[in-house]
Amino acid sequence: MRIRLTCLMAWIGLVLMPLALAQSSGVHLPKSVEAGNAFSIQTTGNGNAVLYIVGPGQVLRRNVQLGEATFFGPGEIHNAGHYLVVLVGASAPENGAFDVTAAHQAATLSFLAKPSRLPIDLHDGISGVVYLFDAFHNLVLSPAQVSFQLSTGPGALQTRTALAHFGVAWTKMDSATKEGSAQFVARIGDVTSTRVIQQVPGNPCHLVMTARLSGQRLAVETQPVRDCSGNSLPDGTIVTFTETYNGGESTVDVPLKHGIARTDMPAYSGAKLSVATGVFVGNEIRWGKE
Amino acid sequence: MRRRNIKRPLFLASSLFAAIFALGSDQPSVRVERTAAVGPRLLEKQTEAAVIRDYLQAWQTMGVALEQNQAGLLDADFTGTAKEKLTGTIRDQADLGIRTRYRDTSHDLQLVFYSPEGQSIQLVDSVEYAEQILDHEKVQTTQHVHARYVAVLTPTEVRWKVRIFQAESE
Repeated sequence: MRIRLTCLMAWIGLVLMPLALAQSSGVHLPKSVEAGNAFSIQTTGNGNAVLYIVGPGQVLRRNVQLGEATFFGPGEIHNAGHYLVVLVGASAPENGAFDVTAAHQAATLSFLAKPSRLPIDLHDGISGVVYLFDAFHNLVLSPAQVSFQLSTGPGALQTRTALAHFGVAWTKMDSATKEGSAQFVARIGDVTSTRVIQQVPGNPCHLVMTARLSGQRLAVETQPVRDCSGNSLPDGTIVTFTETYNGGESTVDVPLKHGIARTDMPAYSGAKLSVATGVFVGNEIRWGKE
Repeated sequence: MRRRNIKRPLFLASSLFAAIFALGSDQPSVRVERTAAVGPRLLEKQTEAAVIRDYLQAWQTMGVALEQNQAGLLDADFTGTAKEKLTGTIRDQADLGIRTRYRDTSHDLQLVFYSPEGQSIQLVDSVEYAEQILDHEKVQTTQHVHARYVAVLTPTEVRWKVRIFQAESE
């Protein structure tokens, strides 16, 4: 019981100690300071002392004259955080603490837009996350309205606003129905950050090939390959032509060029020709007689 | 008699701090507040456990790095702004002949945001720790601190690293 009482007293002492020190302290601290702002710490007493300001974000030590104010210039303490203050003089050290807070206004945005490339016409396919920082790269923790804009061309604009909590805001946007690059902008006040999103055609919807005899071989060629919205698939998309004949099979992969893939293949009478891109299969052609 | 009564709790408090630093290997108590939603992305149990494990490890790493003034130790658990700022603090400490000891004793964690693509996760930590300041090996003060930290972690090849680490005013 006695031990418990002692422990209780110790913890009460622990809780009350900063208060007691604050009352009898020879150092007068601001409760909080905005990062980068000038401020002063007033001390009382006579003689010389050493003033420590220590936190994970920054450490300072100053020789001070007791009874005078010690000034800290603009930018001197610029990292937001919780700082302990110790004044060590001839008598017992005086302790205290204060907070350095981020500025209320964001100076820079860290904007992450994903993905950088996606198919058209995708609901909530684009995400944007923005972190708000002040001029000293402290996270701005005051609530703030962030606006997001995704513009995909004249008249095509999506706008969202989001409230930043703990310095972060996010949104989701739809990709456009037409291919092309989109400007994705995050804005707070006069501060903006822009990312470019490439919107590419979706899955192919129209894949038709034709074949004609060209000398001893067959010239095969697709019509312009398009998605369901009529956008041409990007050049470089691989189109696979397959010819099966008499139990054998030959395959040619051809990249789209100007929306069209073309190649030539052996002209076997009775051969079956097929075309595909990705998992989408186009038409088939049976050549000549079986 | 009265004077003795005032001094005794202070003496005991100091003893407790000394014990905390002497028994520095003690694990801090950890409480995680369940959050219904952490933004646009579902947070898997395994991810949550990994984030908390790596965040707590970052505290240990920070403690050792600031005590030994070895910025290189931060590489394992910190990245980006958090690493740059802590590295700056260690550089200043070394220049001044100062070392600091941080011993976290309890964490009250709340995961508040998990980004849509899983590229960042944010937590708020109501943390208690003992902080000791040494100037040329002389202990100048030992204090008990209760603060609220906001941290953002990002995934790397093998672990989550702390990218933003900032105490906020409570």
